[in-house]
Amino acid sequence: MDNQMQFEYNVEGGNFTRAGYASSQIKKILKQLNVDIAIIKRTVVAAYEAEVNVVAHAYSGTIYVDIDTEAVKIKLVDEGPGIPDIDQAMEEGYSTASSQVREMGFGAGMGLPNMKKNADKLEISSEVEKGTTVEITMFLNDKG
Amino acid sequence: MTVADVVKKLDLKVFSGEKGLDRQVTGGYVSDLLSDVMGRADSGQIWITLQTHKNVMAIASLKDLAAVILVTDHKPEANTAGQSNEEGIPVLGTSLGTFEITGKLYDLING
Repeated sequence: MDNQMQFEYNVEGGNFTRAGYASSQIKKILKQLNVDIAIIKRTVVAAYEAEVNVVAHAYSGTIYVDIDTEAVKIKLVDEGPGIPDIDQAMEEGYSTASSQVREMGFGAGMGLPNMKKNADKLEISSEVEKGTTVEITMFLNDKG
Repeated sequence: MTVADVVKKLDLKVFSGEKGLDRQVTGGYVSDLLSDVMGRADSGQIWITLQTHKNVMAIASLKDLAAVILVTDHKPEANTAGQSNEEGIPVLGTSLGTFEITGKLYDLING
């Protein structure tokens, strides 16, 4: 492959019929690049949970994917309510999802813990009433 | 064992995704919480749930699941069936409840 590849996807807040589209594109790309299946599986879990969080909580967002020979970096930048207390949000079972979102089987407070378990590196920064940025890094050469 | 074998033995309805009936089944996973399935299910498993919306197929596809079984006569929403056809991951149905169909599938796979 080239030394570096970049992709960009838009995510619409509230549009659950498209939730998972970007993650499935990322999965396809990593498969084409013959990335190790175990790494693809972990990447897919982290990417999907992050994508769904943008759909469930934000107004809009952009996913930037950056792949080189060392790592896959997935950066999600959203405009939304932000996260007032990131440590609390990271707790298993804590969720601020609406009842409608919960009825669909989302909002069980497992998304961020899933991301943490599967990402090699997870960085979250947020500003209340502005938005949240999540950066997932997956190392491709056993540096995780 | 293929999805078609499971359909036949457990008398399941095939709603969509017929071209995936030859998928190999390695096990099952039972949950109505999508992040639980995302975090814990593994490829080749049949997912038993009562969720019928399209995100079920997004997860089934991302996790390379063998098929989805909807319990207690639930039917897939139109766009769920549509994506099931596109992905070739069958959506199946039963009139049985989660407990009964899970027991039967468990016996079939581990019997």
